[in-house]
Amino acid sequence: MVGRPAGGSRRRRLNWHSGGYMPFIWPALLITLAVIVFPWVFTGWMSLQNWQVGAERSFIGLANYARLFSDERFFEATGRTLLYTFLSVLLPLIFGTIAALVFHEEFPLRGFLRGIVVMPMMATPVAIALVWTMMFHPQLGILNYLLSLLGIPPQLWVFDPGTVIPSLVLVETWQWTPLVMLVVLGGLASLPSEPYESALIDGATWFQRLRFITLPMIVPFLVVAAFLRGVDALKSFDIIFAITQGGPGTASETINIYLYLQAFSFNDMGYGSAIAVIFMVLVVALTLILLWLRGCTGWREAQG
Amino acid sequence: MIRSFGRTTRRQFLVTGVAAGAGVGMPFVRRALAATNWRKFDGTSIEVSMIKSPRGDIIQKNLKAFEDLTGIEVGLEQVPEQQQRQKSVVEFSSGRPSFDVCHLSYHVQKRLFEKGRWLADLKPFLDDPELRDPNLDPEDFSAAGKAYATNEQGELRSLPISVDYWIIYWNKDLFQKAGLEFPQTFDALIAAAEKLTDPATGTYGFVARGMKNANLPVWASFLLGYGVEPVGPGLQLNTTSEGALAATRMYQHLLTKTAPPGTIGFNWNECQAAFLQGKAAMWLDGVGFAPPLEDPTKSRVVGKVGYAVMPKGPQAHASATFGDGLGIADASQNKEAAFLFLQWALSKPLQAQLLQTGSGVPFRKSVLADQTVRQGVKMPAAWVDSVIGSAEVSKFGLPVVVPVTEFRDIFGIALTNTLSGADPKDELQKATDQFRPILEKSEA
Repeated sequence: MVGRPAGGSRRRRLNWHSGGYMPFIWPALLITLAVIVFPWVFTGWMSLQNWQVGAERSFIGLANYARLFSDERFFEATGRTLLYTFLSVLLPLIFGTIAALVFHEEFPLRGFLRGIVVMPMMATPVAIALVWTMMFHPQLGILNYLLSLLGIPPQLWVFDPGTVIPSLVLVETWQWTPLVMLVVLGGLASLPSEPYESALIDGATWFQRLRFITLPMIVPFLVVAAFLRGVDALKSFDIIFAITQGGPGTASETINIYLYLQAFSFNDMGYGSAIAVIFMVLVVALTLILLWLRGCTGWREAQG
Repeated sequence: MIRSFGRTTRRQFLVTGVAAGAGVGMPFVRRALAATNWRKFDGTSIEVSMIKSPRGDIIQKNLKAFEDLTGIEVGLEQVPEQQQRQKSVVEFSSGRPSFDVCHLSYHVQKRLFEKGRWLADLKPFLDDPELRDPNLDPEDFSAAGKAYATNEQGELRSLPISVDYWIIYWNKDLFQKAGLEFPQTFDALIAAAEKLTDPATGTYGFVARGMKNANLPVWASFLLGYGVEPVGPGLQLNTTSEGALAATRMYQHLLTKTAPPGTIGFNWNECQAAFLQGKAAMWLDGVGFAPPLEDPTKSRVVGKVGYAVMPKGPQAHASATFGDGLGIADASQNKEAAFLFLQWALSKPLQAQLLQTGSGVPFRKSVLADQTVRQGVKMPAAWVDSVIGSAEVSKFGLPVVVPVTEFRDIFGIALTNTLSGADPKDELQKATDQFRPILEKSEA
């Protein structure tokens, strides 16, 4: 601090500290409390109750959580959620990066084609689900017709426990590849041209430039895309619910579907809330891992 | 608990038919309903929550007639089935439902609604000559309807609007080509399904729902034929009995050996698509799915469809029955006006339209038996015959317990698992063990 503040300004500062600014903060604070904090506290409280809609409610401590740890179906759902998330992050990342590399090149009608490619991302998930359900139909669907043109025998797609997850991931990949593409395109546009010039002088091939310059430099963008996609895929509900409702049997039942079933079909709010709390922990944990990964890749950005 | 209902003979149908008299259409309403003071609640407004369905559509289409008749303003909302069920349960348990009249699915919600005591007792209204429409007689409801609407104390807390029997749609062409008659027993059904299956041409003998939850009525149709009540008196679970095992084996056999590939994920619409394309010889499903089959713009089998009552099982002849009704929220402030709406929704002209368009089947015997009503039915005569034949052997398709949804989910998964090769005996045992604590807890 330089010099003593004059009396007047001191009084003003006191006003500042005594809360004159509070009216500006209250709205944000209230909204945060009402929309974010309260629902979570309430869910946590519900998860400690034996609460079947339509019946009496009673406090049962951690019994819902104890039940969760002996619930085979919950663990299977967790495994499926992780597999589904892993695949629906990985595939859009691969295809999105390829698409971005293609659309980064100059060619006629590029803007128009980019627009077309981005379209799946803008469609409503439930509408997408309905269209894909028709396409997956083993007898009447177009996918099996296309396969038959190639001489491949008809597949059961979402109508078989063994292929249902990959088939759903196919839909997810189709819808979200454009998002990854946009993120990576942004990254490509921001890359400096000097490394490429020196690589050209050194006689690097196209593949070498891709492998040793482009890919390392866009890693931070890939991590951002993976982060967005990961959180989104973990929470995925609409596409799975509209296409299979978690079936056949429980073959595509993710935590979200199971949680919905418990809370809204079986009306077991207490147990449903316990699943929601554990699911929240899982989402936060995975988010932290991805954020940490992002931190690790930050230095490349600084160097680039 | 499954109940069996008294048989109604054709003669009784005719007698009631004559008694019911003729004349359908809107002018009829005023004449027949004249004794009731329909305008008593002129200016009141009520809210109605309905499941999105052909039943709801018919009421919505005619709503203006009700508003003109009574001066009551109706806010009617149709919500898809699953969501409407959730919404009504959540709103009822909050104590302040936003609606006065609620549409309920008896086969899923009967016990739940009774336990919650959410609906108003209709007796005071039925006893009030100013409110009661003399044409509406609770005795007119079929036995299944009465059983659905009446609770354990014998109170009537809702009115049954539409019944759903499970029948077999069959492709006459495919049967004729194979030189087969329509089967009369389960064994004959299996044999016919096997003979009609030819994967090389893509035709299959039988198609029905394999998707979990949706598949329960198919299994129930077989269970009933084997004389099995899934939940017996005293909450006894009979789902591991010999009969249950035989029914499950039959389900597994038909859906894996004589049905199109992928039935494991089929709901009614996929089954219907297969049947509409002429690719399936028999389809077991609810009676309300008939209209598209006779629509030339949607169907390749117009005029070739046979409608049949479920064949006889080794132990019993039964048609799995489901149904829905309308009730008045006990918390409603406009119960009398709501009661007028209920009476109107169940009046003969509306119930006749339901049957005539093939969108549902009234529980009211007098409507079913009315020759004038029957002449107006747009479906083939065989469809109406299958309805009347099913009414004679009608039995509840799902146990009347609180956790019906859990029952459907757990046993639905077990059935689906048998379609991917799991052993029926193990699956039934596992499902029964899983369901027992839920059932016991719900009635505790």
